[in-house]
Amino acid sequence: MLQAENTSVYLGGFVQPVFDAQTVFRQVMNAMARPGTITRFDALTTPPAPLISVTGSIAAALFDHDTSVWLEPAQASQPALTGWLTFNTSTKIVAQGFDADFAIVTDAGALPSLESFAQGTQEFPDRSTTIILQVESLDQGPRLVLEGPGIKEKAFISPSGLPDQFCEQCSANRQRFPRGVDLLLVSTQGLIGLPRTVKISRG
Amino acid sequence: MNTHGELATYNFAYLDEQTKRMIRRAILKAIAIPGYQVPFASREMPMPYGWGTGGVQVTAAVIGPDDTLKVIDQGADDTTNAVSIRAFFQKVTNVAVTTSTRQATIIQTRHRIPEEQLGENQILVYQVPIPEPLRFLEPRETETRKMHALEEYGLMHVKLYEDIARNGHIATTYAYPVKVEGRYVMDPSPTPKFDNPKMHMSQALQLFGAGREKRIYAIPPYTEVVSLDFEDHPFEVQTFKDPCALCAATGVYLDEVILDDKGSRMFVCSDTDHCENRRNEGHHGHLSGQALEAQQ
Repeated sequence: MLQAENTSVYLGGFVQPVFDAQTVFRQVMNAMARPGTITRFDALTTPPAPLISVTGSIAAALFDHDTSVWLEPAQASQPALTGWLTFNTSTKIVAQGFDADFAIVTDAGALPSLESFAQGTQEFPDRSTTIILQVESLDQGPRLVLEGPGIKEKAFISPSGLPDQFCEQCSANRQRFPRGVDLLLVSTQGLIGLPRTVKISRG
Repeated sequence: MNTHGELATYNFAYLDEQTKRMIRRAILKAIAIPGYQVPFASREMPMPYGWGTGGVQVTAAVIGPDDTLKVIDQGADDTTNAVSIRAFFQKVTNVAVTTSTRQATIIQTRHRIPEEQLGENQILVYQVPIPEPLRFLEPRETETRKMHALEEYGLMHVKLYEDIARNGHIATTYAYPVKVEGRYVMDPSPTPKFDNPKMHMSQALQLFGAGREKRIYAIPPYTEVVSLDFEDHPFEVQTFKDPCALCAATGVYLDEVILDDKGSRMFVCSDTDHCENRRNEGHHGHLSGQALEAQQ
């Protein structure tokens, strides 16, 4: 519920909704099309903590009344956060990951199993969750090697704060192709797209 | 805003923001599942189906004020469809437009891929009439969807085999089916098969929009795109006996132009920008102005 006295939920959206949304979408599209490259855009939104600006901007660019979003229980119980999302995007917030078009995960270390989100069906593999995963940094962690569509030969990323079993989770996700979830790793530095086609190994 | 009863004003790039978000979400899923046709809620556009409404909607969802747009119709910048779509985007976005392949950041195309190799900063948007490669073999959507789900593409090979049985070679010359990243069989839109090899490991992102059929699909950069064939009948592209009559280019796709009613004809580059650049660089074919003047 929106609280009239809590005016912060009305603030911090796009200043220029049309052009800001285009800018953010183009960077997200580039990130998805070229896994391993870090794409950036200016801080265009100021969502309530623990959401960072990049997450808020992706939400403002892609969420609307046709989408459903899963939040971690700790975040879903915060009226300031759910109020900001629903006021700025009109999105529905759902309790189950397998009902969600998008999921926002702020505590990357406690990322739920990728299998607990919508996988799509063999006939409609597009009906799956896109997970926005906030990580500590995109270049301070252990090195990972990426291969797959969008990557010339190999790409290297070093995100930090990922759960221990992340590579195994992603490789199981890859096995389910064409079903599976898509990930956007975000930090204050920008974002890295990890579509379901990407092969990840420790490097 | 519009107090004088003048022309209606439109949102940037014509589409409303909710429509753009819907298309943008479809594009992201299309990139994540290369070659899979994502259903989307195609809108009515101010042009008839068959004029590239799918490509126009994809371009409108992607384009920003900093983009430079090029539109081609069968390789040419100056044909009706290309001219009217270019004028449409000039009106509703006011972006820079160009005929130069090199300068464009977004190229919307009807049935050709430019001769010049595209770069990493470019996006190629295809206008697609029938996105389903299996549609003429199996009319039911429920069945073709199941065939894609089960990776059941035997029927397509039967079709190509029947070509060989009747003609001695694979007679399909355009909309030649491809397999993307070893999984989905995809219709590359009715481009000549000459262009199929350019889709393989392309540096540019390729997006496909089918307005009437309400489908969006994509090939990310550096993605494997293989034209279907047989070991004893490998895939081959068209070859041309003579070079372009205007710019003397070889190894490019040529259009046949009838010159009179006595059977004279010439073959010229279908890619007008490529042909112009070559002529500016001093290449002259046997029917170019310079060559004809020299004969006199």
